Amino acid sequence: MSCTVRIPSPLRSYTAGAATVAADGGTVEEVLASLERRFAGIRFRMVDEQARIRPHIRLYVNTEEVRQLSQPVGARDVVHVICALSGG
Amino acid sequence: MTATLWIGTRKGAFTLRLNGSRRGWKLSGPQFLGHIIHHVVQDPREPKVLLMAAKTGHLGPTVYRSSDRGRTWREAAQPPAFRKAAEGEKARAVDRVFWLTPGHASERGTWYAGSSPAGLFRSEDGGERWQPVVGFNDNPMNPQWASFGTPDGQLTHSILIDPRDPRHLYLALSGGGVFESTDAGADWQPLNEGCAADFLPDPTVPFGHDPHCVALHPTVPDRLYQQNHCGIYRLDRPGRRWVRIGAAMPKKVGDVGFPIVLHPTDPQTAWVLPMDGQTVWPRTSIAGKPAVYRTRDGGKSWRRLDRGLPRSQAWLTVLRQAMCSDERAARVGLYFGTTGGEVWAGANDGESWRCIARHLPEIYSVTHAV
Repeated sequence: MSCTVRIPSPLRSYTAGAATVAADGGTVEEVLASLERRFAGIRFRMVDEQARIRPHIRLYVNTEEVRQLSQPVGARDVVHVICALSGG
Repeated sequence: MTATLWIGTRKGAFTLRLNGSRRGWKLSGPQFLGHIIHHVVQDPREPKVLLMAAKTGHLGPTVYRSSDRGRTWREAAQPPAFRKAAEGEKARAVDRVFWLTPGHASERGTWYAGSSPAGLFRSEDGGERWQPVVGFNDNPMNPQWASFGTPDGQLTHSILIDPRDPRHLYLALSGGGVFESTDAGADWQPLNEGCAADFLPDPTVPFGHDPHCVALHPTVPDRLYQQNHCGIYRLDRPGRRWVRIGAAMPKKVGDVGFPIVLHPTDPQTAWVLPMDGQTVWPRTSIAGKPAVYRTRDGGKSWRRLDRGLPRSQAWLTVLRQAMCSDERAARVGLYFGTTGGEVWAGANDGESWRCIARHLPEIYSVTHAV
């Protein structure tokens, strides 16, 4: 099952500049694994070694914020990766 | 002569390159603009190789490797990371790779990395894949050693390798203290006797101290120097008691600071850069008058070196990785970078100083490469 992942600018060095990529998987975890296979290193920048989403990263499936990496992802869903910074 | 300074900043990495005279520094960069660069370190065993500790405000920590003196970089395949926590166990994640140290000369390709929170990692393939040093990270005492950290979190730094023995290691934790291993990191013991810990209810505790920077003399490896939150110290092994050589600093200046730099061949000579540690700890140059202090007698006496530095209203802060020497045996060149983005060069053992770069981002590290 293939979905669309929107890649924010801080991670586009992994995707050769692509802002949107296709990924496989029926859950967010599987989608991240699919991204990692294609773009080695990208997952660890978003998710730590304890499988927690990093503090300044938010993941959404369509408009729903991801709380668990086991959250389902459908074929026509869009997974958004959002980076949040504040201050200088 | 040619030399390169690698400047790690909160917004990327820069280089200052010298061709010919020491007046001709050329600034290049940034590389990795916007990335937080804590340390850039050359491999003395393979001088074309450099490692860089990096993260961004959003993204997790990683290590980059260059095998062409910093022209191109490639990310580690497996950056430093703690092992997955068992159920019910405190789950640690590397927030920052804070410190990088090349391994022993006989162990080509071996590197150590120190993290925040407190963690030690080792690579045996030139920085491509990193493994946790279990004897430190999972030591039953680790949670007590690293029970509290700085406002920027626990910092693992000053990873030192005895040039006579690759199994003999030191490291320092802010806060936590200095620790020693004689079995390649399988076990560790605190090494803080004699160090003050004025901020603790029991200042005689075996650990919990706040070493800011520890250095081992490369030609006399039984000699260690330490710039601590509570003073400047020297330790001559096999002794275990640090001596507060900062007691010989002028009382109006005190002996608080972050970096300490050793002479490449003379174990009696070291440089420090005092910071204001009074009241709320401004951590700026004392009274707005920056100065480096040098000892040539192992800390019995200190000499103020401020020729060329601003005479007043200069409130510089210099972090622990942000001062280095060019490792020349004679007429050593000293360098420091400030959190205000200036780089200063001290010629002739630090006798006279001049600013060689300004307007850079907040400087975290200054290291020398050949």
